[in-house]
Amino acid sequence: MLREEELKTFVDGTTRYFEVAAQQPASIGSPYLLEGEPAMHDYTGMINVSGKREGVVYFTAPRAMLTVLLMKMQESDFSHESMRDLVGEVANTISGNARRDFGHDFVISVPSVFAGEKPQINQPAGARAFVIPIHWRSHSAKLVVSLT
Amino acid sequence: MDTAQDTGARRAVKLLIVDDSNIVRRRIERSQQFDDLEVVGTAANGIEALELARRTDPDLVTMDLTMPQMDGIECITQLVRLKPEVRILVISALADKATAVEAMERGANGFLNKPFTDRQLNEAIAELMY
Repeated sequence: MLREEELKTFVDGTTRYFEVAAQQPASIGSPYLLEGEPAMHDYTGMINVSGKREGVVYFTAPRAMLTVLLMKMQESDFSHESMRDLVGEVANTISGNARRDFGHDFVISVPSVFAGEKPQINQPAGARAFVIPIHWRSHSAKLVVSLT
Repeated sequence: MDTAQDTGARRAVKLLIVDDSNIVRRRIERSQQFDDLEVVGTAANGIEALELARRTDPDLVTMDLTMPQMDGIECITQLVRLKPEVRILVISALADKATAVEAMERGANGFLNKPFTDRQLNEAIAELMY
């Protein structure tokens, strides 16, 4: 089961992503235990985790936030496809970086992306899901980590 | 008649960019700052990368690892068999040491973690170009 101290890996990874990719750090709120189903934003990028740990990591964000993030990355394509690409890449980067602490056996999938639809979340039995709130500029997003 | 050797002119280094994210592919293409680097192709997975490598004969390849259809580790293995002299810079989110070691053992020449700054990208490319 995911320990609260292991969340630091994902908090640090999220902080680092915004600091480097958008050259503007995000403010991370206090993580909390998810009860029930989380409210999804417009776009969600999800990574399935297998190997030593099992579960999912997903990043969900509103279109407005992704648009500004793309602008900060010098992108000029703000299409639906770019939004899908970006949420998948954010989820992939934060999950991949977590292998620095979780090791080689923390196996991550390619991202699945959901837009305007309810994602099918395969949360393993016994896993606790934590929500990491992300505030960046005037926007809010979430990273959800649910691991055995 | 002037030759490249006489004039000091250098043939452009041919770069192939491999990443399943279109945003990352464009970012690498846009951020590289070398006049003597020519992007000859971009690929979204290992299969496309091998096909493009056969057609464009790149000198340098930036290679993502987590990709659909054929991942970067398998692609590096096959690419090195196809073109042993190619230089490969892995650009991946996978941040554990074992992954970097495995990529190098398969034939990669450098490793850059995502997310990266323009400066980190250009330094990593320069190390493999010159």
